[in-house]
Amino acid sequence: MALKHLMSPLDLSVEELETMMDLADDIRSHPEKYAHVCDGKRLATLFYEPSTRTRLSFEAAMMNLGGTVLGFSSADNSSAAKGESVADTIRVVSCYADIAAIRHPKEGAPLVASMKSLIPVINAGDGGHQHPTQTLTDLLTIRNLKGHFEGLTIGLCGDLKFGRTVHSLITALSRYHNIQFCLISPPELRVPSYVIEELKEKGIPYAEVVRLDEDTMKGLDILYMTRVQKERFFNEEDYIRMKDFYVLDREKLEQAPKDMYIMHPLPRVNEISVEVDDDPRAQYFFQAQCGVYIRSALIMTLLGLAKEN
Amino acid sequence: MLNIGAIKEGFVLDHIKAGKAMTIYHDLRLDKLDCTVAIIKNAQSSKMGRKDIIKVECSIDYLDLDVLGFIDHNITVNVIKDEEIIEKRALKLPSQVVDVIKCHNPRCITSIEQGLHHIFVLTDEKTETYRCKYCEEAARKRD
Repeated sequence: MALKHLMSPLDLSVEELETMMDLADDIRSHPEKYAHVCDGKRLATLFYEPSTRTRLSFEAAMMNLGGTVLGFSSADNSSAAKGESVADTIRVVSCYADIAAIRHPKEGAPLVASMKSLIPVINAGDGGHQHPTQTLTDLLTIRNLKGHFEGLTIGLCGDLKFGRTVHSLITALSRYHNIQFCLISPPELRVPSYVIEELKEKGIPYAEVVRLDEDTMKGLDILYMTRVQKERFFNEEDYIRMKDFYVLDREKLEQAPKDMYIMHPLPRVNEISVEVDDDPRAQYFFQAQCGVYIRSALIMTLLGLAKEN
Repeated sequence: MLNIGAIKEGFVLDHIKAGKAMTIYHDLRLDKLDCTVAIIKNAQSSKMGRKDIIKVECSIDYLDLDVLGFIDHNITVNVIKDEEIIEKRALKLPSQVVDVIKCHNPRCITSIEQGLHHIFVLTDEKTETYRCKYCEEAARKRD
């Protein structure tokens, strides 16, 4: 695989994606086989904004392969606080590590890093733009739950404007046959125009709706819930108005199809009630688990270690 | 009409929207060249009422005019050699434009990272859409 960095889910062809997901499934089934493939390798986690979950997932993914990790978990703890550019930071980190995962509040920061880096760079989330490893996680979860992607109807609910997981997932799923989207959001948090343009261009059916009710959920194979993210709002008032717009509770779930799985990139706040967790359709914790396997598979691939195993 | 001496070799950029000549002067980085440049503002035009014209005396291989396709399709580019018009060059959309417009997305890395070129890539020829290479924000067309 010629992949040097991962900036967007589209950096991988559908075939490459399948190969990586096969590897992730194999890591899941035979963890002992992969326990030392990254012995002596280092992952740098450069997190300019806090994200415990993604960072720990990357670290667990590397440690499961026998590798080690170093890095920082917020801009305050890094040279960025002293005014160092992303370009300079990655040049320096290239001397300390074999691969880097970067999360940055500014969109395009990981791309800037990849242009200057001597080691593979993984975009671990850049502002409201892309979050490709979450997308790979989501795809692996869907493939495990449904066995395929063709012909699925995916409902995406919540903050579809700033929710980067949503943008990346739509783009990635758009490459499969007969896929359909139901985009559920308040009018203020609708999917950005460039995503809609993409769907129109590819002739992919989609509906934009505001209410999450029985009618909306009918026919959905997956309901992907998202959190309204406080850090994406410039003003507190707007956030407060939006944050509890959708709440999926047991009562609402009774109206949903029996084979509609619920996913969520986590962390959740109020949008999924805790009482839903015990429902067999709730798969967000399994999704978090898939995140570690696919990140291990990605690290192996970018380090050129995938073929050897 | 005001007459500026003929040029031996170079370009005459005609039908520039009135008042836009200086912007184009900077976009083409003519201020960085030491060749002769004549800027005619508010010339009379039967087609446009008023228009600007730029005459540049330089080797015809010297100037990259691709950016004009992004700025304004309607500009006429006359290529001059030995005081004759040898070509009326059609403008096409460049595949990317560098440091001509800035990304207005406050969340874009270009808003804080020093020394980064503002690069916009043509993503849709039909709708003439350019997007920021870093954040994919659509370019705002200048007036």
